[in-house]
Amino acid sequence: MRVEPMPPELAIAHEPGVAKPDPVLKIGGMRRAFGGLRAVDIDHLEIQRNTITSIIGPNGAGKTTLFNLLTGFETPDQGNYSLDGDLLVGVPAHQVAQRGMVRTFQLTKVLPGLSVLENMLVAARVQPGASFRGAILGGWRGAERENEKQAREILERFGLTAMTDEFAGRLSGGQRKLLEMARALMVRPTVVMLDEPTAGVNPKLVQSLLEHVKGLRDSGMTVLFVEHDMDVVQSISDWVVVVAEGHVIAEGPPAVIARNPAVIEAYLGKHRGEDVA
Amino acid sequence: MDWMQILAAGVLAIIGPITAGYALSAIGLNLQFGYAGLLNFGHVAFMLVGAYGMAMTVEFGGPLWLGIIVGLAAAVLLGLLVGIPTLRLRADYFAITSIAVAEVLRLVVRSSAAGDVTGGVFGLQGFGGAFHALNPFPATELYGIAPFVVTGRTMWVIVVGWALVILATLFIARLINSPWGRVLRAIREDEDATRSLGRNVFAYKLQSLMIGGALAGLAGMVFALNQQSIHPDAFMPQITFMLFVMVILGGAGSIWGPVIGTALFNFLFYSTDRLMAQLQANVDWVGDVLSPAEAALIKFILVGIALMLLMVFRPQGLLRSRDEGRTDAS
Repeated sequence: MRVEPMPPELAIAHEPGVAKPDPVLKIGGMRRAFGGLRAVDIDHLEIQRNTITSIIGPNGAGKTTLFNLLTGFETPDQGNYSLDGDLLVGVPAHQVAQRGMVRTFQLTKVLPGLSVLENMLVAARVQPGASFRGAILGGWRGAERENEKQAREILERFGLTAMTDEFAGRLSGGQRKLLEMARALMVRPTVVMLDEPTAGVNPKLVQSLLEHVKGLRDSGMTVLFVEHDMDVVQSISDWVVVVAEGHVIAEGPPAVIARNPAVIEAYLGKHRGEDVA
Repeated sequence: MDWMQILAAGVLAIIGPITAGYALSAIGLNLQFGYAGLLNFGHVAFMLVGAYGMAMTVEFGGPLWLGIIVGLAAAVLLGLLVGIPTLRLRADYFAITSIAVAEVLRLVVRSSAAGDVTGGVFGLQGFGGAFHALNPFPATELYGIAPFVVTGRTMWVIVVGWALVILATLFIARLINSPWGRVLRAIREDEDATRSLGRNVFAYKLQSLMIGGALAGLAGMVFALNQQSIHPDAFMPQITFMLFVMVILGGAGSIWGPVIGTALFNFLFYSTDRLMAQLQANVDWVGDVLSPAEAALIKFILVGIALMLLMVFRPQGLLRSRDEGRTDAS
């Protein structure tokens, strides 16, 4: 049921702030400063629905701050941004998630003292027993069974079935990344934001992680992710947004971005051609 | 040396109103600290407003049942007042604010300015008449087998107090075993992660503060009715810290942990108290080294040592599994 993300023949300009045919996220005039440092300063940015859009940029470019702003973990000094036309400014983090935009963290945040299954269930969207009233009155077990079934299916897809009843604190680093992604799906999101999902994961697991990321897109979600590994970005992105010093300095398909001189200068340094690895 | 008497002091402390009262308060603290991860260093304040809410209502001519409602409402309201400005902030701000609120409340209640309504340093007496009038046990009759004996009057407090402890435990078990309780434990593990999954962390923390506060308020009433008198200096900050010891001893974040921890704490506390008093009076060299007042302080040292041993050998408390206590493998 793959919805063709952004047809190659669709001619949109490869320039910062270009309008997309079907944007799920729209950002306008967003600013956030920490003291004198302009961490995020974006005039206009749109994210096309049902694509994998990578956000790349040097350390300190404002990628994580952008994530925090979009998901309600921080508030911008000014600007507006909307998800599917709903304004998100001033919406607290938990409501952003309820509206269908869910994030992961650069430093993986599993709930170590809860079992893997419980980690999944905390995130389940429809949960009458999660309110105080619901917990007292009871009658939530039907929904709980449904959620548990869904959780087990997702865990199976992510290869975590064997760990279902283990404490999440027992998982390896890579498994935690997988669990975080799997858990995000329990929210039934339309947009999934992954903050460096491959950081600190061994190369073999990176491949399976990326397959899962593609799987999210192929099942109709929009994936927005921050990544440092250019090979990863090249291999799975439909669209790349380059951020440097808080600004969007370029955007376009990965092949075009790789040749963009401004990007090469900002991201790879001026001394290209020299082997810095 | 009368060993039976020492044992009796410990056993009576376990079954008596003291353990019932502390256990009720510890159940509330366990919900906040053990499940939601809140560092409420002002828990005793909730006991104070519960006890004073009830006593003052009766003092002003209200019926006892109204006093109980007022005391409970006051404790819940205190949770709201303390929680709303501080629970959005980092955990340490809440901890500092809570201990300050507790001390400010105690000092206000004992001030001479408030003396007309609170009784100042002398407190309030004789508000429990209606409670003891309901006592089905003849007040002066003795119950139990010597030396484990209580009066009918105490028996009444024990029955009501322990009924409340059991009800409170079942109530908390129902909450904790629901998805609501799962969210609470998730908050203890990682607030930001829980928030990112669509849960209103602030609301859950506020709810646990109010529910735990209400239980502490009830505990304050049990103490007040048992002694038929309250005075502000019974609500010193160390009560909160003793409650923390009880909760950690039994196992923070377990359903029966606070009850077991409270019983064990009180057994050790009251039996060593009697033990040291007897040693001081009957053993010559102990009598030479320690005065009666010094001997009475030894129990605090022993409690400290017991807590240290627990932290070294069983940091997760008595009732929690080792795995759960040490969850993060990395």
